[in-house]
Amino acid sequence: MDLQFTDAENSFRLKLRDWLSSVIPQLPHEPHRNDWIGRREYDSMWQRMLFDAGFAGINWPREYGGLGATPTEHLIFLEETERARAPYVGQNFVGLLHAGPTLITEASAEQKAFHLPAILKGEHIWCQGFSEPGAGSDLASLSCRAIRDGDDYVINGQKIWTSFGHTADYCEMLVRTDTDVPKHRGITWLIVPMGLPGMDVRPLRTLEGSTEFCEVFFDEVRVPVANRVGDENDGWRVAMVTLSFERGTAFVSEMLQSMELARDLAQLAKRITRNGVTAWDDAGLRRDIGRICAELDALWALTKRNISQAQRTGLVGPGGNVFKLAYAELRTRLGELAMHLLDRASLSIDDIGDLPTHAHVHGRIHALSLGIAAGTSQVQRNIVAERILGLPKER
Amino acid sequence: MDFELNDDERSLQEGIRSFLTGRCTIDVVRSNEETGGALDRALWQELGAVGVFSLRADGFGMTESVLAFEELGRSLVAGPLVASHLAATRMPAAANGSRIVGLIEPSEPVNIAEHLASLDDLVVVRPEGLFVVNPAEVVGVHAERPLDALTPITAVSHLPQGELIADAATAHIWHRDGMVLTAALQLGLCLASIDLAKQYAMQREQFGRPIGSFQAVKHLLADMLTKAEVTRAAVYAAAVNIDGRGDSTDLMQTARMAKMLAGDSALFCGKAGIQVHGGMGFTWEVDAQRYWKRACVLDTHFGNSDEHAAAFSAAL
Repeated sequence: MDLQFTDAENSFRLKLRDWLSSVIPQLPHEPHRNDWIGRREYDSMWQRMLFDAGFAGINWPREYGGLGATPTEHLIFLEETERARAPYVGQNFVGLLHAGPTLITEASAEQKAFHLPAILKGEHIWCQGFSEPGAGSDLASLSCRAIRDGDDYVINGQKIWTSFGHTADYCEMLVRTDTDVPKHRGITWLIVPMGLPGMDVRPLRTLEGSTEFCEVFFDEVRVPVANRVGDENDGWRVAMVTLSFERGTAFVSEMLQSMELARDLAQLAKRITRNGVTAWDDAGLRRDIGRICAELDALWALTKRNISQAQRTGLVGPGGNVFKLAYAELRTRLGELAMHLLDRASLSIDDIGDLPTHAHVHGRIHALSLGIAAGTSQVQRNIVAERILGLPKER
Repeated sequence: MDFELNDDERSLQEGIRSFLTGRCTIDVVRSNEETGGALDRALWQELGAVGVFSLRADGFGMTESVLAFEELGRSLVAGPLVASHLAATRMPAAANGSRIVGLIEPSEPVNIAEHLASLDDLVVVRPEGLFVVNPAEVVGVHAERPLDALTPITAVSHLPQGELIADAATAHIWHRDGMVLTAALQLGLCLASIDLAKQYAMQREQFGRPIGSFQAVKHLLADMLTKAEVTRAAVYAAAVNIDGRGDSTDLMQTARMAKMLAGDSALFCGKAGIQVHGGMGFTWEVDAQRYWKRACVLDTHFGNSDEHAAAFSAAL
């Protein structure tokens, strides 16, 4: 066991660091958080810059224009971009990390030739149409219906949690193509161009008031059968293939931010005074911050274990579920502690009174989603108990 | 970077596990309660022969040592394992298990020594250095009912100054390495608690089905495993850092991280293990209590988790 980078990994880091230090100072200002059109342009510009510099598709195979990087190099990429305060993947998330890898494995040569270069260059933005109001944790029970009519599928139904649905060009979509078979066997995976007649995209405000999520309604929407990926009714398997692309790096940027934020909180506690003493004079608060920082460091070590496992076996394994469970809880504790420390200043989501309120309150709100998105903590616990510990299923 | 066990590390750990599962069965552990937790010298020498004390004296690192200590914790082996391991580099008789070496870090409000009657040498770890004391010269009152029946304790009223054998820097390293080795024992306790609770949850039936099929029980076990795996990452990271193959040079801070996580996790897994067993968990005959009690003992070694959380914050 070791936690040291090889010479090759270090030189990759330096090359990336050099490039980042030359381009980051020249970037335009980031658009306002709810300016989705502006953010699309910004994210696409950044993706194009990565492409031109040879850093696009870090985890994609070389034969599809990617970098073919190892999980450890992916970690280094995320560490360096975070360190340089580089833009995030943003609206290219689904294309680069979800739809793209699925197309690489499952799509036809023609589909790949059309879509993959456009994703890598930031030309096409993708969104995801998997979840439905009636199909959340039980995704396979989805009911958005697609009925074959000649060379088209005709889609009726609704999707939800479709991030960037209002700016995307394509949607990776799961539809019900057979209602007479067990639920996993009647699902098909489609490439759906956005803006087709009969589609209605409506923003869904989050509890923070932002609108990156959408609901998408389908009324007799016609999608060519040629847009199907994989066989009809084999969509569940196609969708599951995507999960196997996770390399333990999903939360790296976030972890680095949280570790920094927790340390910032300690500094903040040293300058916030109440009744004539600083918050840091409270031994209980110091202990709480110490505990959270040490636990974050431990989760960072777990991240590296998961990445090492992915490097060896190609899969993260159970460590991924364990990580997500622990991180959702710890991030919540960090946010709660920060809000207690800020006390009444925490009542503003934006910075107030010269305090870095936004980072802490936004972070606290974000933590509420961590235990829900991509598998609730309850589902994660079931997975850990059943697949790792081998406990019997409830039904 | 490869933060997974390599083949040598894996086979070393499996070797220790296979020795312990054959020699230190839970029956052997339990029978030791009848002798008041007096240490079995023959077993101690076998542990010495297997190399658990001499690993680092023999050229292995902290990485291999925590893998071995994880197994010792899992098997609930009692006694001054950490002390004898730390002493092995300067006391050959500690290395082969022919002398049982214990240690004490003077504590307040009561100075508690463990296994005093079984010890050949007692090392006092003070900030200014390490001192060797003849255990027979230590005066104190033996506790009739120690919390952990396998860890007899004495309230020390007189502790001789002893003979200085190493300086303050060495004492500091003993304290640091002691944290990491103890954390490995605590990790082993977590894993053993989980194994036992899992077996029970699969076999015990209520309402016509195994209690392990209920989400309420499942989620408790999932939380135990989650804490154990985070702790494992912390303990292994602290160990590779000490071996100079890590990602931090602040060895004290990463040792604190490991000891803090391990202390909290072992106590959590210990109590959750009892809870999964329901009423039987509250009895002497079920081993769940033994893991919890040992977790209580080990949390007090080299500073408890609250102390380390506070100390960790001092560096922020």
